[in-house]
Amino acid sequence: MATPASVHAHTPQGFIRKYIFSLDHKVIGIQYFFLALTAVFVGMFLSLLMRIHLVWPAAVLPFVGEIKPETYLSLLTMHGTIMVFFVLTTAPQGGFGNYFLPIQIGAPDMAFPVLNMLSFWTTFVGFVVILAAFFVTGGAPLHGWTGYAPLSALPSAGPGEGLGADLWITSIAIFCVASLMGALNFITTTLDLRAKGMTMMRMPLTVWSWFITAILGLLAFGVLLSAGILLLMDRNLGTSFYVPLVVVNGQIMGHKGGSPLLWQHLFWFFGHPEVYIAILPGMGVASQVLSTFSRKPIFGYRAMVYAMLSIGFFGFMVWGHHMFMSGMSPYSAFAFSILTMCIGVPSAIKTFNWLGTMYKGRIRFQTPMLYAIGFVSLFVSGGLSGPFLAQPVLDIQLHDTYFVVGHFHLIMGVAAIFGMFAATYYWFPKMFGRMMNETWGRVHFFLTLAGTYAIFMPMHYLGMAGGTRRYSQYTEVAYLQKLMPIHQFMTYAAFITIAAQFIFVLNLFWSMFKGPKASDNPWEATTLEWTTATPPPHDNFGGVTPVVNHGPYEYSVPGAPKDYVMQNDPATVATH
Amino acid sequence: MGLALLLLIWLITLASTYFFVAKTWWLPVGASAAAHWIDSQFALTFIIMGIVFLAAQLGLGYIVWRYREGPSSVPASYSHGNTTLEVVWTVLTAILFIGLNLMGSSVWASQRFDAAEAGAVQVEVTGMQFAWYFRYPGPDGKYGATSPKLMDPSAGGEAAVGLNTSDPAAKDDVVTGTMFLPVDREVDVSLRAVDVIHSFFVPSLRFKQDAVPGLNIHMHFKPTAIGEYEIACAELCGLGHYKMHGMVHVVSQEDFDKWLAAREAEKQ
Repeated sequence: MATPASVHAHTPQGFIRKYIFSLDHKVIGIQYFFLALTAVFVGMFLSLLMRIHLVWPAAVLPFVGEIKPETYLSLLTMHGTIMVFFVLTTAPQGGFGNYFLPIQIGAPDMAFPVLNMLSFWTTFVGFVVILAAFFVTGGAPLHGWTGYAPLSALPSAGPGEGLGADLWITSIAIFCVASLMGALNFITTTLDLRAKGMTMMRMPLTVWSWFITAILGLLAFGVLLSAGILLLMDRNLGTSFYVPLVVVNGQIMGHKGGSPLLWQHLFWFFGHPEVYIAILPGMGVASQVLSTFSRKPIFGYRAMVYAMLSIGFFGFMVWGHHMFMSGMSPYSAFAFSILTMCIGVPSAIKTFNWLGTMYKGRIRFQTPMLYAIGFVSLFVSGGLSGPFLAQPVLDIQLHDTYFVVGHFHLIMGVAAIFGMFAATYYWFPKMFGRMMNETWGRVHFFLTLAGTYAIFMPMHYLGMAGGTRRYSQYTEVAYLQKLMPIHQFMTYAAFITIAAQFIFVLNLFWSMFKGPKASDNPWEATTLEWTTATPPPHDNFGGVTPVVNHGPYEYSVPGAPKDYVMQNDPATVATH
Repeated sequence: MGLALLLLIWLITLASTYFFVAKTWWLPVGASAAAHWIDSQFALTFIIMGIVFLAAQLGLGYIVWRYREGPSSVPASYSHGNTTLEVVWTVLTAILFIGLNLMGSSVWASQRFDAAEAGAVQVEVTGMQFAWYFRYPGPDGKYGATSPKLMDPSAGGEAAVGLNTSDPAAKDDVVTGTMFLPVDREVDVSLRAVDVIHSFFVPSLRFKQDAVPGLNIHMHFKPTAIGEYEIACAELCGLGHYKMHGMVHVVSQEDFDKWLAAREAEKQ
C-alpha cells in the first residue's frame, strides 16, 4: 500500500486549519455536504417560484414581486444549473464520496489532500459566481441549463444574456476545474491507497460507484470546460464557433459560419455522462443499504460491478439521443438510439439484483432502508420512460415536452436525491456521532415519496398531450390551456413536498446536537467505516491499518457468531 | 412498516397506471399520415413498459412486506446471486429493448430518408423571435432570394423574412403568418431560423423539427384530416417562447387553391 502525500500524524490545531481550510477528507466531505444542502434549498426555492408562476402568472409575491416571462426563464436556468452541478454532482461524490471512500478502502486520507481542499474551495467559488448572476444588470440568463447557442451566445438575444450569461458560463467553467481535480484524486486514491486485502472485487459497491463516477467526470468535464471557453470567446471576442450569420431584431450580428449543433454535441457529450455522474453514487448507496438492512449479501456483486462499468462505458456513446430533433443527420439517430437501448440493459440488471437482494432477506425498516427502497421504485419509474425517449420516432411527439421533464426528474433528480437521503440517514451517525430521529425520518420519507410522485408522474400525462416545456405560462396556446388542471395539481403537490423537507432539515440539525449518541456500528454493517470509532479519528483508524479478509456484504453467513461478518474480521469464518 | 410501504407503493403504482390506461390525457388525435405509425409504436412501447412497471413496482411492494423482519421470520438466505439468472435477464432485456427499437426504425426511415413525393406542396417555414412565417413559392415553383440585410421583423410579412423583391423569382412568393395546407397531399417544408433555434411542433400532425440558424432543413409530411391545428414552439428561444404560437389550416385542395390565388391577387 502506498501512502498519501501527507500523512497527518496528529490533528491540526486552530479553527481555520481544522474547519475552514482543512486537509482532512472528512471535514472536506462535510463542507461539500453543507454546500450542496445550501444549494438544494436555493434550487428548490427557485422551483417553488416557477410552480407558483405557472399556475398564477399574474401573482405579485411578497419580496419577489411579479414574475415576468423572462424572470421565469432565469429561474428555470438557475434551478437546473444549481441542481445539476451544485447538488447532484456535489453531494453524492464530493460529499459522501470524499468522506467515505478513503475510510471504506482503509486509507488514512485522500491521495492528494491539498488538491482535495482546493477542489472544494474552487467549487465554492463557482457557487458564489453563479449566485452573483442574480444580482447583475439584466439578471440571470434565460437560456436554460443546456445553454443552447446562439441564444446563449448573443448578449442581445434576451434579458439576462449579458453579464448574467457570462457569469453563468464562468461558474460552470470553475466547477469543471474543481471536478477535474476531484476526479483525479478519487481515481488515484482508489487505485493506490487500498488497505491490504482490499482487492478491487472486495470494494464496497459505493466505492465502485464513486470510482466509476470519477472516471466519467475526468472524461466529461474537460469537454464541457473547453466548450464553455469557446462560448465565452464567441460572446466576448467575436469568434464564431457556435454562431452562423444571424439577425436578431433586425440587426445583423457580427458572426459567420459557426455551428449551433457543435455546442449541442459538446454539451451533451458532457451532459449525458453527467446523468450517470449524478445517479451512479445513488446506485452504490442503494446497494450498500439494501444489503445491510436486508441482512443478505448483495445479489450478483460482480454483475453489479460490470453493470456500472458498462453504464459508464455506454454513457459516452449516447449523447445524440438528446438531439434527434436538432437537425443532426437522421442516420446517426439509429446508432444513438440502439446504444441508448443498450444502456437500459445494465440498468435493468441492477434493478433485478436489488430485488434479488431483498428476496428472502430479513428486512429492517430503518429510515436509510426506506429511502433505498424508494430509490429502487423511483429508478424503475424514471427508467421506464427512457425506452420511449430513446426511440427517435417517439421523440417526434415527446421531445421538449414535460414527458422528458418527468423522466429526468424522476431518475436523475428524485432518485438521485433519494440516494442522498439514504446516504444521509445511513452515515449521519458515523459523521456526527449521533443518531437521527427515526419517527421524523419515516414521516419525511412517506411525505417525500408520495409527494415527489405526485409532482413528477403527472408530467408524463402533460407531455403526451403535447405540453411543451420551458413555457412560462400556458395561457397563449388553446390546447395548452386545457392542460392547466395538471399544472395546478403539481403545484399543490410541490407545496406539500417542499414543506416536508423542513422536517428533514430540523431533524438533521436537532440530531446533530441533541440526538442519542451513536455506537460505532449502529446498523450492524460490515464495511470498514463501521470498524472505527464514531466519529472517526483524524487518520481514520487511530494509527491501525486495517487488513481486509472478507467481501463487503457478508450477512447471515452460516456458522458465523453474528449475522454479519465485518470486512476486517479474522479469516476464521469462511465467506465467499 | 412493511405493510405501509406495500400499500404506498401499490397505491402510487395503481393510481399512475389508472390515468395512463383511462387515457385521461393522451396524445392528441392524429391528423397526418405518420400519426398511425407513431401512435401504434407508442402504444406498443407503452404496453411493454407498462407491464414491466406494474411487475417491478408490485413485486417491490410485495417483497418488502413478505420478507420484513419479525419475531417469526426465518434467517436471511446466504446467497451471492445466481449466474444463470443474471444471464437470462440480461439476454431477455437486451432482446426486448433492442427489438422494440428496431420496430420503430422503419417509420423514422420512411419519413427522413425518402424524398418528398413528386407534386408535394412547397412551404418554407421561418422561425424568429417570436413568430413563424410561411412562404409559398407561387406559380413559378421557385423561392425568390432573401437577404439578412433586408430582414425587418417589425414590418412583418415579406420584410420579416428579408425577401428580395427585385428578384424575379420573388415576384410571386407569398409570405403569410398562418400556414394553409391542402389535405391528403404531401408537404415539403424547408425549415429556417434567422436568430436562434426554434422548433416547429404541431402535435396533432405528429411533426416536430428544430429550425436552426445557418441550416435549411427539409422534411415532409402529409396532413390527412381537414381542420385547424396549433403550432407551439418547442425549443427555448427567449422570453417570448411561450407565445410563439401559430396555426396550420388544413383545407380541401379547392379551398387551398382559392386561398393561395387570393394571396397572389393581394400581392399584385
